[in-house]
Amino acid sequence: MTLELKHVTKRFGEHTAVNDITLTIPKGEMFGMLGANGAGKTTTFRMILGLIDQTEGTITWKSNKIGYESSHLVGYLPEERGLYPKMTVADQLVYLGRLRGMKKAKVLEVLKQWLERFNITEYLHKKIDELSKGNQQKIQFIASVIHQPELLILDEPFSGLDPVNVEQLKKAVLDLKNEGTTIVFSSHRMEHVEELCEHLCILQKGEPIVNGQLKEVKRSYGKKKLMIEAEFDVSYLEAVEGVTSFTPYSNGAKLVITKEAVADQVFKALAGRGSVRKFVLEEPSLNDIFIEKVGASYE
Amino acid sequence: MNKFFIILFHTFFSKLRSKSFIISTIITAVIVAGIANIDRIFEAFEDRGTEVAEVGVVDEENEYTALVQEQLGPFSDQVRLTPLSESVEEGIDRVEQGELQGLLLLEEGPDGLPQGIFKAQTVANQQAPQVIEQALQQVKIEVATARLGLDEETVESIYAPVSFQTEALSDTARSEEELTQTRFLVNALVVVIYFSVLAYGNMIAMEVATEKSSRVMEILVSSVSPVKQMFAKIFGIGLLGIVQYMLIILIGFLSMRGSMESDGFIGDMMSGVPVSLIIFALVFFLLGYLFYATISAVLGSLVSRTEEVNIVITPLTMIVVVAFLISMFGLNAPESGIITVTSYIPFFTPMVMFLRVGMLQLPFWEIALGIIVMVISIVFLALIGARIYKGGVLMYGKVSSLKDIKQALALSKKES
Repeated sequence: MTLELKHVTKRFGEHTAVNDITLTIPKGEMFGMLGANGAGKTTTFRMILGLIDQTEGTITWKSNKIGYESSHLVGYLPEERGLYPKMTVADQLVYLGRLRGMKKAKVLEVLKQWLERFNITEYLHKKIDELSKGNQQKIQFIASVIHQPELLILDEPFSGLDPVNVEQLKKAVLDLKNEGTTIVFSSHRMEHVEELCEHLCILQKGEPIVNGQLKEVKRSYGKKKLMIEAEFDVSYLEAVEGVTSFTPYSNGAKLVITKEAVADQVFKALAGRGSVRKFVLEEPSLNDIFIEKVGASYE
Repeated sequence: MNKFFIILFHTFFSKLRSKSFIISTIITAVIVAGIANIDRIFEAFEDRGTEVAEVGVVDEENEYTALVQEQLGPFSDQVRLTPLSESVEEGIDRVEQGELQGLLLLEEGPDGLPQGIFKAQTVANQQAPQVIEQALQQVKIEVATARLGLDEETVESIYAPVSFQTEALSDTARSEEELTQTRFLVNALVVVIYFSVLAYGNMIAMEVATEKSSRVMEILVSSVSPVKQMFAKIFGIGLLGIVQYMLIILIGFLSMRGSMESDGFIGDMMSGVPVSLIIFALVFFLLGYLFYATISAVLGSLVSRTEEVNIVITPLTMIVVVAFLISMFGLNAPESGIITVTSYIPFFTPMVMFLRVGMLQLPFWEIALGIIVMVISIVFLALIGARIYKGGVLMYGKVSSLKDIKQALALSKKES
């Protein structure tokens, strides 16, 4: 029941869009795909869906290639949103649902449940171009899950939504996951990935530079952040052994340290100098990891 | 239901309900009904036009007025000649005041034959001078022949049209009457193919481009293979076209029944057309449609915005126009070399080969060859087109046709 990518590479002529990705996504897991624009996320998704063929490697789901025979089991929310602007929500979803192998009555039944859930039941017979952008996105999301797929691929599902809608959608995605749907999604919003995913992969120019479980990734990153606010000048802390980065603020500083033990040294160095208002040791955020991994190779 | 038919009927019904389809069908139906009843329409207008034109005549010798009046014959209810006793100047005054529509000056020319001058406010759009001229011509002939001492019978025999008939010696060759009929049908079909290719081809390209530009294509390609989509669309629009023509033909037939009984123009043309010709018309229409529709779908898949459809489809339109012109030329010279050659070029075959089938007595193998050429090119196009389409629908950016085709092919290829 797992989705497996083995040494998948995609080349367009000279250009390598995706280079040697190996991933295993177990059933019922939520997998995050991170990467800057043009890193190869959409290409990877298209290969998983079988829209384009990989140059090398194999992609299997439940030990089979994904093709049009299994399209009723797969849901896809493309990054570029698209629906028929002149069709009503109901007509549209009936059409798209039937193309995924559903019966018309079933589509309408499931559609009504979803509209109730998002509190937009009044849009059932509205044309898409009469809806706000946020509501269009919800309809688009419904279109990708209406056939209750076992594998759901969401390309940037939360982009362009306001915080309330993001929460609504996030909850819907989590519920689907708890019902056993395997979900792969991409985002450039790290906090979403951090919140939702157990597994993740960071792509950089087609190369997977980070790949694994979220906790593992954080642990292996090793570095931690130390936030200090004090009444006195703390710039001398830069010299403490194990401090790799020092960013002064108006009333304190942000330090990056190589391991937890260094924090003790810093704490000792602070002692007796005056009042310290804040001393916090933080786990590195995914954002930090992403910026360092991706940003470093940008320079 | 099979996904192919879901798309086919979706395309069909969404177009069938669209305003543009309903309006264009109604307009065409009205035009067809109009053409079918053209003789009656003309009559209706002529009835209203029987207003008598009052023409004053100044005839110095007063010897021609009666003769001209006599020659007017059936037109005398349209033109009434009134001899004037006044001078020419006064006559002109009366024309200017609107009392008279025109003033006719009749006099004897230097050669002793009658001649006339017609004066009116405007001389455009008037039937009176033409009618009078004809009458005066007859008078002139009468006067001249009388002077030569010829009697009326001799004159008539001189002017009687020569008896001349064409007869084809071969049994299978088309008689002149048959040719007129087929020429009419061929003409009609060439126009039908021309318009269908333009209208439906554009519709298909537009349909594909709309799905691409609204990006709904990306969802569609993840549920149904692009090749299936492409052919479902082509057949969906094709079905639409057939329904549209059925409607128009039905309306045309119903409105023509009247004129068929009364031996009207169209009725005359349609009766006696061989059934085989109508079947060939259908075959070549369908082949032409499939050929051009496939190209249109592929072209539509290359653009990312509907505005660009016209840019890529223009070359195709040009080719259709050329095909149209060639077949118009071929109607008068169906045996010329260029017609024979172009009838085997797939872009022109549907129109030009059908023209040859209609106008000439072709051996069956030539027709079969034309059909085979079409079928092979359609299959070839479908195979290539399907691959371009598959890549094209996932490709966004500016159009530069040739490069895009290459890129689209690369995108759909397994190994690149």
